Amino acid sequence: MVRGTAGLLLALLLAPFLVLMTSGSASAVTVMCLPKADETACIASTMGSRAEPIAGVDVILTAPDGTEQRVTTGDDGKWSFEITETGDYVVSADAKTLPDGFELENETVDVKVDQLGKSFGAILQLRSEDYSAETSKVDELIQSTVNGLRLGLLLALASVGLSLIYGTTGLSNFAHAEQVTLGGIMGYFFVNQWGLPLWLGGICVVVFCAGTGYFQDRGLWQPLRRRGLGLTQMMIVTIGLSLALQYTYQLVVGARTVRVVQDNPEVSTFGPVTITHQSIVAMVISVVVLSAVGFALLRTRVGRATRAVSDNPALAMASGIDTDKVIRLVWTVAMGLAGLSGILYALVVNGIKWDSGLQILLLLFAAVTLGGLGTAFGALLGALIIGLVVELAPVFGMPGDFKYATALLILILLLLVRPQGLLGKPQRVG
Amino acid sequence: MSEHTINPSGLADPAARAALVGGFEATPGASKPDSILVVDNIVRQFGGMTAVDVQHLEVQRGLITALIGPNGAGKTTFFNLITGFDRPTSAGKGAHWAFDGRTLDKTSASSVARAGMVRTFQLTKALSRMTVIENMMLGAQDQAGENLFKSMFRPTWRAQERAIEAKADDLLGRFKLYEKKYDYAGSLSGGQRKLLEMARALMSDPKMIMLDEPMAGVNPALTQSLLGHIQSLRDEGMTVLFVEHDMHVVRHISDWVAVMAEGRLVAEGSADTVMSDPAVIDAYLGAHHDTDLGDDALLSEEHMQELAEEVAAEDAEREAEEEAEGLR
Amino acid sequence: MDNIQLILNGMMREMLSPGTAAVAIAVIGLNIHFGFTGLLNMGQAGFMLLGAYGMGISVWHGLPFAVGILFGLGAALIFALILGVPTLKLRGDYLAIVTISAAEIIRYVGRSSLLTDFTGSAQGIPGSQYSDPFRSVAFWPFTGGGSWVLLPFNYHDVADGAVWVRLLGWAIAIGAIASLVYLLRSGDKFSGVARNGLVVLLVVFSVFLLLFLFPLDYQKVGVNGWWLRFVAWTLVAVCCFIVYLLVRSPWGRLLRGIREDEDAIRSLGKNVFAIKMQALIIGGLFGALGGMVYVLASSVQPDSMGRTLTFFCYTALLLGGAATIFGPVLGTIMFYVGRAFIFQASRAYVPDSILNTQEAAFFSYIVVGVALMLLVIFRPQGVLGDKRELRFNV
Ligand SMILES: Nc1ncnc2c1ncn2[C@@H]1O[C@H](COP(=O)(O)OP(=O)(O)OP(=O)(O)O)[C@@H](O)[C@H]1O
Ligand SMILES: [Mg+2]
Repeated sequence: MVRGTAGLLLALLLAPFLVLMTSGSASAVTVMCLPKADETACIASTMGSRAEPIAGVDVILTAPDGTEQRVTTGDDGKWSFEITETGDYVVSADAKTLPDGFELENETVDVKVDQLGKSFGAILQLRSEDYSAETSKVDELIQSTVNGLRLGLLLALASVGLSLIYGTTGLSNFAHAEQVTLGGIMGYFFVNQWGLPLWLGGICVVVFCAGTGYFQDRGLWQPLRRRGLGLTQMMIVTIGLSLALQYTYQLVVGARTVRVVQDNPEVSTFGPVTITHQSIVAMVISVVVLSAVGFALLRTRVGRATRAVSDNPALAMASGIDTDKVIRLVWTVAMGLAGLSGILYALVVNGIKWDSGLQILLLLFAAVTLGGLGTAFGALLGALIIGLVVELAPVFGMPGDFKYATALLILILLLLVRPQGLLGKPQRVG
Repeated sequence: MSEHTINPSGLADPAARAALVGGFEATPGASKPDSILVVDNIVRQFGGMTAVDVQHLEVQRGLITALIGPNGAGKTTFFNLITGFDRPTSAGKGAHWAFDGRTLDKTSASSVARAGMVRTFQLTKALSRMTVIENMMLGAQDQAGENLFKSMFRPTWRAQERAIEAKADDLLGRFKLYEKKYDYAGSLSGGQRKLLEMARALMSDPKMIMLDEPMAGVNPALTQSLLGHIQSLRDEGMTVLFVEHDMHVVRHISDWVAVMAEGRLVAEGSADTVMSDPAVIDAYLGAHHDTDLGDDALLSEEHMQELAEEVAAEDAEREAEEEAEGLR
Repeated sequence: MDNIQLILNGMMREMLSPGTAAVAIAVIGLNIHFGFTGLLNMGQAGFMLLGAYGMGISVWHGLPFAVGILFGLGAALIFALILGVPTLKLRGDYLAIVTISAAEIIRYVGRSSLLTDFTGSAQGIPGSQYSDPFRSVAFWPFTGGGSWVLLPFNYHDVADGAVWVRLLGWAIAIGAIASLVYLLRSGDKFSGVARNGLVVLLVVFSVFLLLFLFPLDYQKVGVNGWWLRFVAWTLVAVCCFIVYLLVRSPWGRLLRGIREDEDAIRSLGKNVFAIKMQALIIGGLFGALGGMVYVLASSVQPDSMGRTLTFFCYTALLLGGAATIFGPVLGTIMFYVGRAFIFQASRAYVPDSILNTQEAAFFSYIVVGVALMLLVIFRPQGVLGDKRELRFNV
């Protein structure tokens, strides 16, 4: 058993090399200006957003000496200028080339180039011509609510699994976020690199991630439980795993953002809400899968057994439930869900990085704690609340940089008044 | 325990105790002339199940009171509630309890202990990765060295530390743990942990000590000497409230007995009266038993047989009911 | 031979570097949290970052250096209070979750472009903005400029630095360090003045031997010079001493009691919440102090003090041995020296086509992660910990 654990860890250590040798590096999409030290600098940005780029706009750069340069944005909305002198530059756009019904929010943007060898950004913000402050507030609210629900559903996929693992084994799995990243990165390999159709690639990702869950429990967690390793120690093992996985991803795909599908997503507009087709599909899939999990927990034998183990492992074991089997199943399902969440997340935000999962880890924990540690439905509720809070906070005047802080604030306030979480049960003493 | 030998009520004398107890009314919630603990209207529910629902209970100062009741009667939960480890569902809605004249409704567990009411746990809480003597010394109150700022300056607490250790040695000796002084508490046997926990609780010189099944797992010879020890604590003026399933122990040392069943206080009285109280026997054995609980005959073959049959019959009945419910 | 000397030199530099000392201080704090009290503080890097910001921002904006230090410590104190009040009454997991989240939030906020004037956003605060006052307080042997090889007499002076001199030296050094570790592990087997004297003697001897074998050349008061090293390692020693004073006292006994079973301690009339809070604050202050030292040689970079650093702290703590006095220091040194070894060795012996410099760094982190797992599973008491204590699972 001990040797098995060591073997697994060794395999974990070697895996990155195998993957490294089999994967080629992806090619860049657009030729962009690259600054050379002490020779040139760049002024560059994207017209529109990365998810919804705007092509064919003429961008104008006015140099300090008054000369003008023009470029047209590419399909990915990107534009760039190479310059060789420092000084104050002005960027604007040719209004005639803007898409119909749009105008610039401010006509020009000033760029102060104080040093060569660097890139400078200049964001030309577009807005629709019929823009007016009041209607936009309501529209923004609706749009953010939809975004919040979308984030909440994706978080829910991952946090239900996290919560189930906590419920059945008592373990706070810090490596859960890495499973989410794994889903996105495997999506990149299956779909983008190896050319599988998206739906097939998605299924492969879920199966692959569920497999990692199965083998993790079999090769690592179950032996550790048998060894009687304390929960705190196990938690630190998950931290080690998280660290190893993070850097494995970095070794494999580097620090860049990789995308599951190459082409830009299509967008639909429903009244005030603009949403990519991928987001719609992601939300539908999440709802279906979450309902299936909920149904399974409530209505099937295994689901009831799982809840029994969550409730009281000793009692469940005494009443003839094979807790090891249940826990194995929980790990498998939880990791599969995390993988699904990862690939959907990568589709929705159009790309995934080695640390994308990490960025949502605290949202996951906040969701699970908010709902009540160890209750699957609490995690669902918590995830939706956290998703909404994060997306709605900027609408209510929270600076965008602080939107995660709002989620934490809510968590801390809740812990003060209802420590066991929304759906949790208090603990027994004595 | 000799330093604090004050003897407020002169209850070392059995005759005096008998006279005192004889004056109590033998009804649940009876009032006592000098009650150290008064509990009113404590209700604790878990989900829909009411674990504790005690309307009124008084515990007389300076006596040994036993709290008995079948498994799941709510004794441990009741202990948790009055020592601040749990909050009544009825908190703020009429729940009220006071120790030695001091209201404890909103008091934390540690303040309750500091007020002089110290408890032990049914599932022992020995501090495994600390030595026995360290466990003991944690029990002492008002240690200067436990203040963060003084702790760094040894002279401020060295003398007190020595005194505490001497007291701990004395108690360890009484509880037959002196040889284990420098062993890790985790290496003690189950019974020894019970002893350690009781000795540790006594380190704080409590006014009242609450023991949750102190004799469970302790061998008969040691039980005998522990009972003697508990009695001597009482004789020195301490109040003892303890939960125990062994009726011989209860009969042997308790001056007064309170009985809980299904969360309620169902009877109070001296050991003999309580054990022949039909309500109590009902609670323990189901209906139709007019037997004395402390009676050894209860343990005879026939009785056990009878009991087992009855229990089996009841089980079958319940199962049938459940099945019917499941079909519905 | 040259390769080996190069690798060993790299390890030696890492061992003495102020960064190692800084993390050691933070780990000493974490040891109070996790080792002695059982508090799962997953946000030690957040405390470090707050300390660094407190000092960096105030000195950058013209306040005196001492006030900067006070601000750094004050920020950590307030942070500890904010985190502790809602979580210390709850089960340990809650503290872990809230601290890791809060530390990340601090990092996000520090990176925010809204606060560029204070935190320098993602670029951070360059060291030149705040480290001058620190260097200006350097005293005697360090003043006067120029650089030093700490021990002028080194292996080059014996038989022209022949291979056998170095090999012999390395053998003796390994022997000295091994006996030091043995001595520290033996705990109370032979205690008293003799043992402590022997420990000090061995430490001094090892340091001299190492400096003899690996002569290091730094500026006296440079950005990353001997002055900073001196202050950093002195602080490490002082922190160890403070922890020693604290944990041998009844207060320290309380901490360990709380680690074992809070409810038991509560039933003995101790204010568990207050003591946990004190422990959280003290450990956090050590963290903040570590953070200040950490940035004195470089810059206040929010991204260099993220959760990865916290995880490093845990690895170092478990490596050295939680709930011991010297474990954190030994563990941190072993951690950084070990990582330097993996990095340097893979640079020296693995061709670039398989692992380039950056990938070698990633690889060393992967090894760290796996090492952490193996450590917890197979040797949870670390190098200095007491195996007996861990036999009793709680
Ligand atoms: N935290 C809890 N959650 C749910 N139910 C609980 C909890 N604590 C106690 N109970 C229930 O309350 C009832 C009373 O339990 P308690 O432990 O007080 O019984 P007891 O009288 O001490 O029994 P015993 O003599 O076996 O120790 C039991 O039915 C128990 O299942
Ligand atoms: Mg009980």
